[in-house]
Amino acid sequence: MLRFFLSRLALLIPTFIGVSIVAFAFIRLLPGDPIMLLAGERGMSEERYQQLQSLYGFDQPLFVQYFHYMTDLLQGDFGTSIVTKRPVLQEFLTLFPATLELSLSAIILAIAIGVPVGVIAAVKRGSWLDQTVMGAALVGYSMPIFWWGLLLIILFSGILGWTPVSGRISLLYFFPPVTGFMLIDSLLSGQPGAFKSAVSHLILPTIVLATIPLAVIARQTRSAMLEVLGEDYVRTARSKGLPPRRVIGLHALRNALIPVVTTIGLQVGVLLAGAILTETIFSWPGIGKWMVDSVFKRDYAVVQGGLLLIAAIIMIVNLIVDVLYGLINPRIRH
Amino acid sequence: MKTKTTFAAALLAATVLSGAASAKTLVYCSEGSPEGFDPALYTAGTTFDASSKPVYNRLVQFEPGTTKTVPGLAESWEVSDDGLEVTFKLREGVKFHTTDFFTPSRDFNADDVLFSFNRQYSKDHPYNAYVEGASWEYFNGMSMPDLIKSIDKVDDYTVKFVLNRPEAPFIANLAMDFASIFSKEYADQLAEAGTMSDLNQKPVGTGPFQFVAYQPDAVIRYKAHPDYWNGKQPIDDLVFAITTEASVRQQKLIAGECHITPYPNPADIESLKANDALKVDEQEGLNVGYLAYNTKVAPFDNAKVRKALNSAINKEAILDAVFQGAGQAAKNPIPPTMWSYNNAVEDDAYDPEASKKMLEEAGVTDLSMKIWAMPVQRPYNPNARRMAELIQEDFSKVGVNVEIVSFEWGEYLERSKEEDRDGAVLLGWTGDNGDPDNFLAVLLGCDGVGGSNRAQWCNEEFEGLIQKAKTLSSQDERAKLYEEAQVVFKREAPWATIAHSVVHMPMRKEVTGYKMDPLGGHAFEGVDLAE
Repeated sequence: MLRFFLSRLALLIPTFIGVSIVAFAFIRLLPGDPIMLLAGERGMSEERYQQLQSLYGFDQPLFVQYFHYMTDLLQGDFGTSIVTKRPVLQEFLTLFPATLELSLSAIILAIAIGVPVGVIAAVKRGSWLDQTVMGAALVGYSMPIFWWGLLLIILFSGILGWTPVSGRISLLYFFPPVTGFMLIDSLLSGQPGAFKSAVSHLILPTIVLATIPLAVIARQTRSAMLEVLGEDYVRTARSKGLPPRRVIGLHALRNALIPVVTTIGLQVGVLLAGAILTETIFSWPGIGKWMVDSVFKRDYAVVQGGLLLIAAIIMIVNLIVDVLYGLINPRIRH
Repeated sequence: MKTKTTFAAALLAATVLSGAASAKTLVYCSEGSPEGFDPALYTAGTTFDASSKPVYNRLVQFEPGTTKTVPGLAESWEVSDDGLEVTFKLREGVKFHTTDFFTPSRDFNADDVLFSFNRQYSKDHPYNAYVEGASWEYFNGMSMPDLIKSIDKVDDYTVKFVLNRPEAPFIANLAMDFASIFSKEYADQLAEAGTMSDLNQKPVGTGPFQFVAYQPDAVIRYKAHPDYWNGKQPIDDLVFAITTEASVRQQKLIAGECHITPYPNPADIESLKANDALKVDEQEGLNVGYLAYNTKVAPFDNAKVRKALNSAINKEAILDAVFQGAGQAAKNPIPPTMWSYNNAVEDDAYDPEASKKMLEEAGVTDLSMKIWAMPVQRPYNPNARRMAELIQEDFSKVGVNVEIVSFEWGEYLERSKEEDRDGAVLLGWTGDNGDPDNFLAVLLGCDGVGGSNRAQWCNEEFEGLIQKAKTLSSQDERAKLYEEAQVVFKREAPWATIAHSVVHMPMRKEVTGYKMDPLGGHAFEGVDLAE
């Protein structure tokens, strides 16, 4: 098992270097010059332009820039944003907990509903229930996130007034961030009503972000279950008179979960992509919106650093999924 | 015991309620995050709204709701006869903010003024490069380094600016955000502690509101400055709830999660006006959207051709389709709210037949041209692509064939400067300081050819007028010259002037005293909430 883990870990190094090159090249391949964008309609003199070019080191050959970038990176320096003049890592660490909190709630919601619904659909295959669930999943899977978010806001916040429109907590509550997770911080603050307010702010964005993963997980669970339900060992379990609950819960579901776990791991990428839109709609101060803004402003350091950090997270999650997979299915280990 | 608990609960409730009643909080749903809190480092209005407007003052300020300059931290000023020396008499007894991170030991004085400008002016100043990439964009953009010869402290409450040449807009320039006055004492304290970059993160100023906290991309909190020289503000707390989506801002306003918010979707303005809990203020923006011909390239070097094309453009259709009513047709290169606007100028009337005839007279047939459409949204042009399409259609009616081109924004700005550029460019401008020179000289002066003068237009008569106006200190005399310059502009038609936008500001009915800023900023000095 340790060897398996180490070999997976070793694979991360070339992947990380590859990502660093892609991140470095990607933003530079886009047309547009960050310095001209800073100046806007007002423009600047050629002399001033050259000054700024050398200030940021953009006048050096690309490989020299990459070399400097990597040297800094190895010392833990992700660079400084051209726009805000703040260190990239500091910005990332301030904003990331918000994205993580939202993504975790979304994936928990997606699993908590997606897996049972998928199992029920598989067991009642062909019934109206199955068809309804799978129809809903298809709709969820193809839902345009932006429109869906606005629709929920208009209905639940605008017309019904049940949930707040946007933000992470009511503006009445003000306490310094401790963990960066609003649910935890609001409890720690000890202010009455703060936790409730944080939860109510989390509901709509969680639903919106969970929509696509939920649909995918439900469909995946259903098809994995259907495959497993036809296996010999399930038939054996049934024929030896085990109660249906036990057959499905113990014999079938455990085996069906293997592809589902992989799917859930792959949803991390989808979640981060969805977070960009969800965070924009709900004014959620996370890294999705931060990255998009930086691309528009050609803020090289932030795009590079942000991509690398996000890639690192996805790689670590995949590593964990691989390991979990190995634990569930011993055949993989060898 | 039970009685005690009930009493405690009642007391708590009473405290919370009375707290709510006595502490007035104004929530502003802002459209984006500030880049930082040092306005001199940046050029974005969003940053100014969060930094220079609430936290700082300037020597000279714009009177709220106008572009008129009034005394700020300077009580008065004198310009020498040759226009080369401007002496400011500073206000005494002005207090800086006392916060968790700074307690001032002295009042505002001349040292603070010198610090605030020298850090931008002098390359050797310890604060000149206090954050990576500090480039003092506006200070340089307004040509301050060439203009200022020296800044001298005469005594604790007198500061003299010595200039290299007389420049009438100089006073108005000092009312701009980059000229905000910082505390030298605070900066020295940060330098000693080795945390200079906090000057851009935790601002201390003399302004109406003092900074409390910023949660990036989420909330900025301020509270009223108790010792503000112009009187404590009627509201106690000011909160910026950062909400980038216009539709979401609208929902928050309706739900009462904020009191006031900028930049509504044009399509939503009618429904906002119809809402009983809301009101919508409006004002003409200090901007102009235009189509600049390249006057150096035939046949656009002929004023008659340019005039002919101008009469082919149906501006009303553009106002409906592109501005959705939130705009007004432009006839001059400066907006109507600006002093010296010449209302006697007559616009080129929309007349395709006359246009066709004029083109024939100029000997132009089978003309093909390019129109450049900006890839971004701007107040002066919310949808350049659509605007270009409408002009394309208009021009085809007079036999001119148009190809629409576009580039990435940085590229667009860069390429459109080229003197041999092929085609007419859609672009615009938003005023910085309310001075006509800031439009006419920047956009149409001879120095701007190959740069911000996208028409590449250098007209001797026009140039003579605006250069002369720059050296005079009497506003009335300057206005006469600018009025004349606008006549020359209209006759020569280097641009088709398209529109000035109308800016809307929706707010809840209980908000009182809000004045819309013609320069496009959002400031809350003097704003109150009715009970």
